Amino acid sequence: MKQLNLCLALAVAAAATTTSAGAATELVVATVNNGHMIEMQKLSRHFEQAHPDIKLKWVTLEEGVLRQRVTTDIATKGGQFDIMTIGMYETPIWGKKGWLKELKPDASYDLDDLLPAIRAGLSVDGKLYAAPFYGESSMTMYRADLVKKAGATMPEQPSWEQLRDIAAKVHDPKAGVYGMCLRGKPGWGDNMAFLSTMVNTFGGQWFDMQWKPQLTSKPWKDAVGFYVDVLKKYGPPGASANSFNENLALFNEGKCGMWIDATIAASFVSDAKQSKVADKVAFAQAPTAVTPKGANWLWAWALAIPASSQKAEAAQKFIHWATSKDYVKLVGKEVGWANVPTGTRKSTYAMPEFQQAAKFAQAELKAISTANPTDSTLPKSPYVGVQFAAIPEFQAIGVAVGQQMSAALSGRVSVDQALTASQTAAEREMRRAGYYK
Amino acid sequence: MIVPLAMTLYFSSVRYNLMQPGEHAFVGLENFEYFVTDPGFGPAVANTLLLLGSVIAATVVLGIGLALLVHEPFPGRGIVRVLLISPFFVMPTVNALLWKHMMMNPIYGVLAQLWRFFGATPVDWLTEHPLFSVIVMISWQWLPFACLIFITSLQSLDREQLEAARMDGANALQRCWYLVLPHLARPVAVVVMIEMIFLMSVFAEIYTTTGGGPGHASTNVAFLIYTQALLSFDVGVASAGALFAVLLANVAAVFLIRLIGKNLDR
Repeated sequence: MKQLNLCLALAVAAAATTTSAGAATELVVATVNNGHMIEMQKLSRHFEQAHPDIKLKWVTLEEGVLRQRVTTDIATKGGQFDIMTIGMYETPIWGKKGWLKELKPDASYDLDDLLPAIRAGLSVDGKLYAAPFYGESSMTMYRADLVKKAGATMPEQPSWEQLRDIAAKVHDPKAGVYGMCLRGKPGWGDNMAFLSTMVNTFGGQWFDMQWKPQLTSKPWKDAVGFYVDVLKKYGPPGASANSFNENLALFNEGKCGMWIDATIAASFVSDAKQSKVADKVAFAQAPTAVTPKGANWLWAWALAIPASSQKAEAAQKFIHWATSKDYVKLVGKEVGWANVPTGTRKSTYAMPEFQQAAKFAQAELKAISTANPTDSTLPKSPYVGVQFAAIPEFQAIGVAVGQQMSAALSGRVSVDQALTASQTAAEREMRRAGYYK
Repeated sequence: MIVPLAMTLYFSSVRYNLMQPGEHAFVGLENFEYFVTDPGFGPAVANTLLLLGSVIAATVVLGIGLALLVHEPFPGRGIVRVLLISPFFVMPTVNALLWKHMMMNPIYGVLAQLWRFFGATPVDWLTEHPLFSVIVMISWQWLPFACLIFITSLQSLDREQLEAARMDGANALQRCWYLVLPHLARPVAVVVMIEMIFLMSVFAEIYTTTGGGPGHASTNVAFLIYTQALLSFDVGVASAGALFAVLLANVAAVFLIRLIGKNLDR
């Protein structure tokens, strides 16, 4: 009798699951293969348990591929995805075009808890079009032990000159340590993201108020000249093929003295499971030159709903869950406080558990709150964005200029030649887009 | 066949950027003009031809050499042949990653360690010799294909004729030049034709290793089209580029068919 009962119970349970699965709304989520997103994918079972009527289907892609897929999908109204992971570059352009659904979370979500800089970058006319999953700025990560051994001190906000001096002292290729690791791989989101911040702080800009490209101006020459010089003298060999992941691997292996890149790297380099130098790393603000304006970038990966989605209501629920305070706490409890997605909410930085686990927390918060996408260059600029200009033409320009910069870095052409070629490419693209004749 | 071609023709004559939909104004030949005046265009065409020529030359010469080496029976010939042919079954992306990280990385690659062992400074292959590196990777992949065809065709070589030549006092070099090589003329033509068709569109190796750079040093036509279509999202210019590639392929094909047609007639 007992066994029969058990059988019945099992049968009923099986029937229940099949029917509920049959009626469930399936959400297709496109996301990038970064650590935090993989974590979200694993933890989403909690969401599915709480919402048995919603099933999630994941499409996880590498950053560049994801960008191509979602852009093609949204521009052709393909409707493949219900939720897409997009960045601070896409959100304002697409939001303005009406390709995204406005997000209207309820009071429990606490919109005012979002960091103002991040929220502004994901809104158009005060309306939120994408919810930040994690946000980042850039900062200087360095090996405290090596800097100390070399008898140098790292200021809280160093200048580029100071960094070059320290790099010279730390540089020891025989021991397999290179003074400075920076991005060199061509791409608007690769080397140009970093180089734009360098140009900003040297007092330059992408376009002047007439939308004329400024690539042959003095600040560009100074900044790019400095960059090529430093990487040639104190960088690792093969630097022109390195971007975030390559440099992260080098740093974790203890091969970099200094590395200026995304704040999100801080949690990886100080995680003893991945990094051989976890206990030796320290943090400072991104270096400055002529002006502190735009020295560090601002970026957020955010979740948005394309206007073509038929399942907007369920999608809202998921986005609400994945970007809430509770999600941060969930990651803290399940995975560890050092691994929570950061850079989106004030409340995250106020949590004592997080403050204790993440020694980079204060430096990161400072970097994010000092970046301002609407005022990041010394001369006035017509565009929004720190490490990019949020106009549709920028991708093409960024890619072309990125190619030239990597050519200059490899010594194939001079800095001046590369900048002249970049200027021509940028002017071509802007003329074609009809900004001027 | 007709529909995609017609679509491409249409797209190539309108201004169509995925980031700014809605307005598909007719622009005539402007897209072609932009494609041809792209600073990467000249290098891309040159690189495509250089890549084709070098890989074909390398695979044909080395392929014949290797085929002759493993033609005569020796202990372990079966294993050697299998090893020789296996690179062809490695996927292009894997091939590229293999070379990029295991072989050519200037810090931990096998070649760098070899260089250091002899006290030399490791070469930064992908930066200093990007196109050459790509050529090496692709030759490595296509050599087995050429080799396989040559081995097969050597087996149909008339042994009695070779024997007769030897009796008449022809040395190894003379036998090779007057008997073996003419016998291989047809397989060479086949290898050249097939490789030409497939190598025109080499992409994965470039994408994974050098990203077309530094500068345009390793950009070929296929990669240039990719940059236009998927990095700039400019469908118009990309379509113009695709049509250009069709043209290029046809010109090459006409030459080839003449060349090989003559060869096969004999």
